[in-house]
Amino acid sequence: MFPARDDLLRLAPEFVLCISGMVLMLVEPFLTRGRRSVLASLATLGLLQVDGFSLFIHAIVGFVALLVVLGSPDYLEREDLQHGEYYALVLFATAGMGIMSSAAELVTAFIGLEMSSISTYILAGYRRDAPRSNESAMKYFLLGSFATAFFLYGVALVYGATGTTELTHMTLTALPEARTLFKVGLALIFVGLAFKVAAAPFQLWTPDVYEGAPTPVTALMSAGPKAAAFALLLRILASVSGAASFWFWALWISAVLTMFVGNLSAVVQTNVKRMLAYSSIAHAGYILVALAAAAATDQMALGIAAVLYYLAVYALMKLGAFMMVSQLGGEAERHLELDDFYGLASRQPVAAACFSLFLLSLLGLPVTAGFVGKFYIFDSALASHLVWLAVLVALNSVIGSFYYLRVIVVMYMREPHQDWLPARMSWAVTVVLLVAAAGTLYLGLFPARVLGFAAQAAQSLPFH
Amino acid sequence: MQPSHLLTILIFLPLVGAAALLVLGGEDRTWIRWSALTVALAEFAVSLLLVRGFTASTAAYQFEEFRAWIPSPPIHYHVGVDGISLFLVLLTTFLTPIAMLASWKSIHNRTQGFYITLLILEAGIVGVFVSLDLFLFFLFWEAMLIPMYFLIGVWGHERRIYAALKFILYTMLGSILMFVAMIWLYELTGSFDLPRIQQMLTTGQISLRLTTELLLFGAFFLAFAIKVPLFPLHTWLPDAHTEAPTAGSVLLAGVLLKMGTYGMVRFCVPLFPEAAHRAAPYVAALAIIGIIYGALVAMVQTDLKRLVAYSSVSHLGFVVLGIFAFTPTALQGALYQMINHGVSTGALFVLVGTLYDRRHTHQIHEFGGLATPMPVLAGLFLFVSFSSAGLPMLNGFVGEFLILAGTFERHTAWASYAAVGVILSAVYLLWAYQRVFFGGVTQEKNRALPDADRRERVVLFAMAAVILWMGIGSVAFTRRTEASARNVLELMHRPQAYNARAGYASTWVSRAVPKNISRAASSAPVSRLPAAAVDPLTTGAR
Repeated sequence: MFPARDDLLRLAPEFVLCISGMVLMLVEPFLTRGRRSVLASLATLGLLQVDGFSLFIHAIVGFVALLVVLGSPDYLEREDLQHGEYYALVLFATAGMGIMSSAAELVTAFIGLEMSSISTYILAGYRRDAPRSNESAMKYFLLGSFATAFFLYGVALVYGATGTTELTHMTLTALPEARTLFKVGLALIFVGLAFKVAAAPFQLWTPDVYEGAPTPVTALMSAGPKAAAFALLLRILASVSGAASFWFWALWISAVLTMFVGNLSAVVQTNVKRMLAYSSIAHAGYILVALAAAAATDQMALGIAAVLYYLAVYALMKLGAFMMVSQLGGEAERHLELDDFYGLASRQPVAAACFSLFLLSLLGLPVTAGFVGKFYIFDSALASHLVWLAVLVALNSVIGSFYYLRVIVVMYMREPHQDWLPARMSWAVTVVLLVAAAGTLYLGLFPARVLGFAAQAAQSLPFH
Repeated sequence: MQPSHLLTILIFLPLVGAAALLVLGGEDRTWIRWSALTVALAEFAVSLLLVRGFTASTAAYQFEEFRAWIPSPPIHYHVGVDGISLFLVLLTTFLTPIAMLASWKSIHNRTQGFYITLLILEAGIVGVFVSLDLFLFFLFWEAMLIPMYFLIGVWGHERRIYAALKFILYTMLGSILMFVAMIWLYELTGSFDLPRIQQMLTTGQISLRLTTELLLFGAFFLAFAIKVPLFPLHTWLPDAHTEAPTAGSVLLAGVLLKMGTYGMVRFCVPLFPEAAHRAAPYVAALAIIGIIYGALVAMVQTDLKRLVAYSSVSHLGFVVLGIFAFTPTALQGALYQMINHGVSTGALFVLVGTLYDRRHTHQIHEFGGLATPMPVLAGLFLFVSFSSAGLPMLNGFVGEFLILAGTFERHTAWASYAAVGVILSAVYLLWAYQRVFFGGVTQEKNRALPDADRRERVVLFAMAAVILWMGIGSVAFTRRTEASARNVLELMHRPQAYNARAGYASTWVSRAVPKNISRAASSAPVSRLPAAAVDPLTTGAR
């Protein structure tokens, strides 16, 4: 019964993540205050590696975690927060996401989901003294628990209908109600995961939670768990026979709702962090379009590759944007209103240029990764003959451009306030931002290689 | 063999210049200005090599470069010029140094950024005109929005932010739908390469269903019509022009608007001829409304710059009319008028800019009798106004004449209505001229205004020389555009009948249609009536 050596090797990243997390917790009390940033370097050990589809998601999630960990010491120092637990929780969350992305069986997936969720609940409330952060954690926890309950109930029903929780082996049992049970189960699983990716109409928690959580955590939440949840959706879509056709309309409607809700609400925001939270919702909508495209055709791999590529792109640009906000926000995140970005370009030209790059990429203008990502989404949608969905994405891009450009207007075309203090940029944060910016440009100009990986990853899924 | 990297050099030279300026630029404004100007002049010099190596007798793409870029979906770095794009590239490289000189002294803040933006803009525009891959084309098309947006928003006048946002949102709405159409076209043809798609469509290897063709045409046309801008999509233009700094207005009017008409000639008409035929009467109607409406609105403007902006709406109406008349003469005229308008209106904006530099206002009533303090500027203004109004011997005449003559061949009524615009343009330009320059000096502070200085003279005399040359030596231009213009119209004739109702309900496309089906199609054909028969204007005239 003992697993073979190869199998152990495949689990290596999760082992490494969990063990590093535990080591971190143990080491933390023995370090003096000033030396705690050492923990960050310990936490960066062993975040990258593994195989096919899950390898791709692992790479995204690992990369996100790496950048978040690199970008956090500054923030923790500034807000006077505990270091050790923080990194340990980030690592546990990452391990959970990794498990979610490679789970071939629903109960394992659930364990991964819980691991990542519980860690992020705590992380969201990590600024214990700030009421907003508490509110954020509370909301996330309550609503998140509902969602996982939905998911679990769905798993139970599907198990009842098929007699198995293994994704590739699901066939209906002889029970007369099996078909109904199976469909209800799938629907509940969809609801649970739609909550995790912040898809409408299950997106209501997102803005408050994202706004209240410490910004590096927001960066992690908006990129990591979303990628993992989408990975699980994709895996079920591809492996479970009947899931694709059953989910198609749900995906279609949810995609449209999500795009419009996200974009239209973002338009009226004055707080940049909150605006970015709504933009996360909108982007989940774009990804759902590719998911619907994957569900609609026999060329499923194309849609899946588009989702994977967009997830990579999205992780980079969103991470960059949130990290930038985390730095510019200043102490206790007080400077996040649009007003606070007035004239940034004349005071901190490099920061303004980087932030503009991320915003333009989120908006999907050429030369940036966001453009190529959106291109593949259009491509997959049109390949599946979803012309209307493509047109709706196009319209949403225009709505979206309004609020992204407004930030750029404020940074470049207004005069700075008198009492303005420059935000401090430590080298670690600078590295994170530059890596994200370089990645955004690289994926925009030379998408071939990463797209090749995404295509391979999509092919490696066990299609039913 | 031709030196085939010329176009790549043209695209990347300004970018390299911009990067160098970014790294090396400092506080020294003079140094920045001169180095940017040097880059722009070098670019112009390189573009002159294009004319030297250009073979006028063929409609084929020249100076082509073809390189793999993204393997899947197959996207290539494919560039080339023909008679249609050649002079547009030249116009861009000619107007950029002009624009720099025009804003030489009026840019006080962030000078470095200003010149970098101009150079990036130039690279983007050149890229648009030479791209032969749809993806690449769109990349440049969309990417050049950003420098223009900054140009208006950062260095513009009072209402600049409103104008910049309006400009970019309008343009984006059209272009993103065009992007969807491009990808759809790719799904149908399996290629982003323009010559390849063109060949597949022309030879009938692939034929689009009529609905599909109409939708694709519509999406492309909307993007271009917004850019032109065609009535009633023109409302962004007066704001953008008026609020932009002089350099921005020159490039906006001079070349950016041409991207719209260029797109129509390059994509809308040859790729979707059936749809173009069907749309022609309506497009022509809008163009004629634009010609007359633009002229009338220009006439009542109190703001000189806004007047010039509305005159663009009117002039570009002529170009669109020339394109959709589908005769070689009219199309040649349209191509010619694009260049004309770029030079003449560019010059008008430079002139308005010189007045603004002196008085910081565009209001006509603030001026009056300016010919007394500044005779040289007044003379040049008159010269350019004549050119814009289409006085014989000057460039505007050639373009408008060709368009009207070519349109008249087939659509008498269209030409007659449009001709009204010619008269109106003389009215608003000369009336405005009279109010600004003639009579006694009405305001005391205008009495001591300095006449054109050396820099302004260099710019304006250079433009005047081009105006005159294009008026009397038009053959040098038309000789080179003729083959391509004819080619566009030839591409509109497809050998196979449209199998629009041939029973391909489930797909949008049919590949390599067998004989019997195409016969079935021709038994229930989509009638390709002469456009005049469904033309609301001509039927009214009869």
